[in-house]
Amino acid sequence: MTTTTSTQTPTGAGGGAFQRGLRTFLRSRETGILAALVIVVLITTIKNPSFLFSQDGFRDLLLTPSILVLVAVGQAIVIITRSVDLSVGSVVGLTAYLTGRLFIDVPGIPIIVVFAAGMALGAALGLLNGALVAFGKVPALVITLGTLYAYRGINVLWAGSNRVNASDLPKDFLALGTSALLFVPYLTIIALIVVLVAGWYLRNQRGGRELYAIGSDPDAAQLYGLGVTRRILVAFLLCGALAGLAGVLFAARYGTTNSQTGTGLELQAVGAAVIGGVAIFGGSGTVYGAAIGAVLLLTINRALPILGIPDFWQQAVVGTLIIGAIVLDRVLSLRLSRQLISEREVSA
Amino acid sequence: MSPSTTTRRHGARAVALVAGVAAIALLATGCSSSASTDTSTGAAASGSGDKNYAITFLPKNLGNAYFDTSDKGGSKAITEFGGTYAEVGPATAAADAQVSFINTLTQQGVGAIIISADDPTAIGSALNEARAAGTKVVTFDSDTDPQYRDLYINQATADGIAKIEVDLITKQIGDTGEVAILSASANATNQNAWIETMKKELAANHPNVTLVDTVYGNDDDQTSFDKTAALLQSHPNLKGIISPTTVGIAAAARYLQTSQYKGKVALTGLGTPNQMRDYVNDGTVTAFALWNPADLGYLAAYGAKALIDGTITGKEGDKFTAGALGEFTVGKDATVLLGEPFTFTKENIADFNF
Repeated sequence: MTTTTSTQTPTGAGGGAFQRGLRTFLRSRETGILAALVIVVLITTIKNPSFLFSQDGFRDLLLTPSILVLVAVGQAIVIITRSVDLSVGSVVGLTAYLTGRLFIDVPGIPIIVVFAAGMALGAALGLLNGALVAFGKVPALVITLGTLYAYRGINVLWAGSNRVNASDLPKDFLALGTSALLFVPYLTIIALIVVLVAGWYLRNQRGGRELYAIGSDPDAAQLYGLGVTRRILVAFLLCGALAGLAGVLFAARYGTTNSQTGTGLELQAVGAAVIGGVAIFGGSGTVYGAAIGAVLLLTINRALPILGIPDFWQQAVVGTLIIGAIVLDRVLSLRLSRQLISEREVSA
Repeated sequence: MSPSTTTRRHGARAVALVAGVAAIALLATGCSSSASTDTSTGAAASGSGDKNYAITFLPKNLGNAYFDTSDKGGSKAITEFGGTYAEVGPATAAADAQVSFINTLTQQGVGAIIISADDPTAIGSALNEARAAGTKVVTFDSDTDPQYRDLYINQATADGIAKIEVDLITKQIGDTGEVAILSASANATNQNAWIETMKKELAANHPNVTLVDTVYGNDDDQTSFDKTAALLQSHPNLKGIISPTTVGIAAAARYLQTSQYKGKVALTGLGTPNQMRDYVNDGTVTAFALWNPADLGYLAAYGAKALIDGTITGKEGDKFTAGALGEFTVGKDATVLLGEPFTFTKENIADFNF
């Protein structure tokens, strides 16, 4: 299970809530990643102040990661149950194309209906993944690798070489992808709400806690009488619905979608979750971490060209940083577990 | 305990089997490239007069606005000289998808096949069989190896493309300042050839314009979009961006449209009118270039006619007249060049739909 077990720390009595909160914050696996993000933003801003302080710079800082944040949150929920959903990139592609087609084929369709349709399609595709995994007892890696190609194939079949252009989409809808409310882009607000709701659910709700239990030890969860099948279905459904939402927003932001939209997004999402401290074997990590991981991943991507690192080196640098983040994360978690063990010995 | 476990295991195995089958079925549907035959049955050898002017267009795939436009141009030409126009093609562009269509057309004995090749070699032997049966083969847009066709209609040369893009950008920025290039992938042969020529052209004729950066968007909307943002941030004095790829220019335009740099940084390159219409109409982009696919199809049809007539054989220096487009000369490797790329602006963009 997670490391939030309430160990009575020896100094805990006099510390007060603030100190305890601070200690938890400094210890938490997300903090390292957040620190890395702050460092990247700081260095880049020193090198080129417009990275943070120009109108476009600030907007892009918040806007660019928003779509990946949604996909990464869904991915984190699935990974926590000791599964993985590799098909999310294809789900984003299908829903993005569906969004375009709806606006073209049904003139005047309300934007909210398109959002609902995109999320419904995503949820259905996710549910199919979940059903194959939960009932088939086949590893999710294999199933979703299959659906990754299958969903993409359907997309190619459907879209062919057609492309949805920005001029096919209503202005109001496109504005959603770039406009802001009090300097905070709408996309970021949506992503933030999703992160907070998902984080609250996983931490405070029975259903959320059971996802961790299943990921920690599926057999124990089964023996304990948890509804493993149902929870796994829900996890995949949520992941699919969030990918669907991301697909609709992708269309709003980039304005162009074709049969290849979203290719490779699945690995970015898994990468973001892992960087953010979600253990790939399930049972630990938070969606906050995954969200920060997503922001870090894309912010590094945007920072490197500004720091003057040539195009050809950027992917290698990103890879190094991913490994670095994971090593850092591992060191932190080892230290934490040592600390917990020694504390238990003291209190015993 | 044990009986219940075994039945459950049986159940699980059955479900696993079903799941596996479902996955395979999904995979199969996903991967089959669906060579749906949208055959409007190529007109069988119905020549007008003594010449066999039954000419069939075989684009890379059907339902593609670019080929719809080029084939419409071909149809116009064929109507002008009284031939029979037809269009057949696969639903998706795959290396060997065109072979069965070529074989059918050979059996029908059409006068000429005008084809945009999905693959330079995979359709070669099918094309040679067609030629052995007396059908003329003209390639356009995308060529095969020269030994498989009688004539290739080339839309533009590297020099022509590079020159018009440099001309457009330098004119828009007043022939002085910093420009950058947003290309497709770093190993795209055609892109790199154009970029090299652009560099030479800039150095030779525009000494006050400096090329400060070349970035690669990998013909991916998102990457191109983000690279544009990075370009604008890392080069605060940037005055213009050239994107010689249709994906890149559309993504860059979409970024500029809602950015503080709109109207301050010029953008040009190769784009299609449908993708660029919004950005041209709202002033984000002043002008961009591409060949006119309708002219390309028109010229290809007249090229096919000239081959059927025997006016040309594909020898270098052969001349033929292509209706309204005037006279063309066959160049090296039986290639005919359409001409300078076409410039799209606010004034003419409404006339095009591809």
